[in-house]
Amino acid sequence: MDFDLSEEQRLLKESVEGLLGDAYDFDSRKKYMKEPGGWSKAMWGRFAEQGLLGLPFAEDDGGFGAGAVETMIVMEALGRALVIEPYLATVVVAGGLLRQAGSAAQKEAHIPSIIDGSKTFAFAQLEKNSRYDLADVTTSAKKKGNGWVIDGEKFVVLNGEAADTFIVTARTKGGQRDASGIGVFLVPANAKGIARKGYPTQDGLHAADVSFTGVEVGADAALGDVENGLPLIERVVDEARAALCAEAVGLMDESLKSTVEYLKTRKQFGVAIGTFQTLQHRAADMFVAVEQARSMSMFATMACDFDDANERATAVAAAKVQIGKSGKFVGQQSIQLHGGIGMTQEAAIGHYFKRLTMIENTFGDTEYHLRRVTAGGGLVK
Amino acid sequence: MDLAFTKEEMAFREEVRAFFRDNVPPATRQKMVEGRHLSKEEMVTWWRILNKKGWGVSHWPKEYGGTGWTSVQHYIFNEELQAYPAPAPLAFGVSMVGPVIYTFGNETQKKHYLPRIANVDDWWCQGFSEPGSGSDLASLKTKAERKGDKWIINGQKTWTTLAQHADMIFNLCRTDPGAKKQSGISFILVDMKSKGITVRPIQTIDGGHEVNEVFFDDVEVPVENLVGEENKGWDYAKFLLGNERTGIARVGVSKERIRRIKDLASKVESGGKPVMEDQAFREKLAAVEIELKALELTQLRVVADEGKHGKGKPNPASSVLKIKGSEIQQATTELLMEVIGPFAAPFDVHGDDGSNEAMDWTAQIAPSYFNNRKVSIYGGSNEIQRNIITKAVLGL
Repeated sequence: MDFDLSEEQRLLKESVEGLLGDAYDFDSRKKYMKEPGGWSKAMWGRFAEQGLLGLPFAEDDGGFGAGAVETMIVMEALGRALVIEPYLATVVVAGGLLRQAGSAAQKEAHIPSIIDGSKTFAFAQLEKNSRYDLADVTTSAKKKGNGWVIDGEKFVVLNGEAADTFIVTARTKGGQRDASGIGVFLVPANAKGIARKGYPTQDGLHAADVSFTGVEVGADAALGDVENGLPLIERVVDEARAALCAEAVGLMDESLKSTVEYLKTRKQFGVAIGTFQTLQHRAADMFVAVEQARSMSMFATMACDFDDANERATAVAAAKVQIGKSGKFVGQQSIQLHGGIGMTQEAAIGHYFKRLTMIENTFGDTEYHLRRVTAGGGLVK
Repeated sequence: MDLAFTKEEMAFREEVRAFFRDNVPPATRQKMVEGRHLSKEEMVTWWRILNKKGWGVSHWPKEYGGTGWTSVQHYIFNEELQAYPAPAPLAFGVSMVGPVIYTFGNETQKKHYLPRIANVDDWWCQGFSEPGSGSDLASLKTKAERKGDKWIINGQKTWTTLAQHADMIFNLCRTDPGAKKQSGISFILVDMKSKGITVRPIQTIDGGHEVNEVFFDDVEVPVENLVGEENKGWDYAKFLLGNERTGIARVGVSKERIRRIKDLASKVESGGKPVMEDQAFREKLAAVEIELKALELTQLRVVADEGKHGKGKPNPASSVLKIKGSEIQQATTELLMEVIGPFAAPFDVHGDDGSNEAMDWTAQIAPSYFNNRKVSIYGGSNEIQRNIITKAVLGL
């Protein structure tokens, strides 16, 4: 039992916070957002230079062999700075799928291009009616010769506009909601038959709706077991949820800091509004919410390495519930305590609120994960 | 960062668990499960078993009978004790006055009182709150005047928990009425059998008798019963209140109660199926379990921090423990009420003599719900806790 960071982890935290502190203020972010694809290639290059893009990959694959704690550290820092670059889509999700299930050839073909920052990925998973159910897949992958033909539509694919490669979930057999018969495929974004419509998301990221019409890929496109890919998807999505929890903690921490600062400086009735007990207690409740969220983010991080998939799922779901609730409370109260200023596009606080709000609805919202916790029999056995 | 317990810590947990299983009197445990009040004899019997094992004052320094455990071991011990459940050592002696005596007391006081606290030869109670001094404790008025080799004490204490069993009370008394309110207070030990002390029971809304008013009418106390320096009592009181930061979350208590909720909810039916199968109920319960897991980890963060960096500078997260711990305890009693529904109503159908066994499983649920409203009031109300966060953590 040790909650302290190791020396290497502490250095990692300092270096990523240092980089973002120098190069990622709120005004720079606005500029990055306007670049093609919706984020900064130059910034991505700096992430690569600092080794952030290679963290979770095995040393044999050119990475640093880091674990869930290191991902937590990076994601928290990215949250704090409201970073829009596709770390989650590329390093956590695509990287996770490649690490867990990639063949030697697939790893060699893709991991170096993630680590050096030359390529980014997008996870084409969500469908029109799938909502948060990872097993609900209608996009089909049909065998043709040695390869596959993919047909279907995916929505709100994060980084879908800029990605070089899609990782697509597709049904190889069975019905729409069957747990078995789902495969995971690596599909070049420039393959024939792909149409993508990109757009900014509410929180300043970019996504795309992507259609696959008779898209042909080779045998080497299949990642892992094409007929039983769900456990792989669940595992990596749980890792992504844990990463989102950490990002949310960074966002909440910064929201609280900014709110407390505002309470100290904003004057009404001749005094700083932070002298009013109603507002003080609201801020105290925000602090409680942030600390509870921080604890559960650590729990989710730890759960990424649980051997038992059900225990992992229940733990991560519990964390996502806590983060959903804390994030909503901290986000809403940050706006309330900032008053009118909090409602404006030009103040950063509203953008923290928006990102927190979108995190709640990514990979399962609070209600969805609460159900998962009940399905797992709760936490107290 | 490694959030798993070590092999040694897990072995320790097994050892503690086995000891409770083999040594807590079954009737004591059963009463705890049902939320009944224990008799003085039942509590003392168990505490002496614990003390004989060497675990009665586990967190004290080794020279005074402590165990030398790590902060994680203390955490495990407390959690297992609460979850078994078995009565925790009497806080007023073991966690409050004991540490004040071994930290600020003189050698005679240490020699006399510490072993008696450990073996519960003296039952201690706490003379802090007064009718006019609750959250604003430093405004207290009970007076101690020096006359020769005696203190003469006059005044009134209230909310004095289990004073009806007590042999001794540690009192905050005003000894310098001219000084600014925090600086004129002394910490004095008083024999409850002294002439001039009257204990009047206060019946709480659950019908129970836990707290009392204690009146002091020209009570004579030997001067050597002053602890530390005269007029420095407020410092000792602050030390005392800050000493037990992590136990207050009572994670084990809430865990045990959640197990009870699950057990009862799988037996009680609603609409032809157990309450436990109702999705809305399951979600409400799961929400509390999640809050509790978060609290447990927050507590472990504080514990690990203390283990590493000492208790000097508290982890800011420690102020979360009281607020969330009390809210969760209250939420669990509300869920028990929800489970038993209309059978919450019968009042005291059997007393403690088991005369109506059919009702045993419900009789204490409403009283326990009523009684648990206290947890967000005592030990610094949750509003006071928010004031502390505001000032000490947020700097507002």
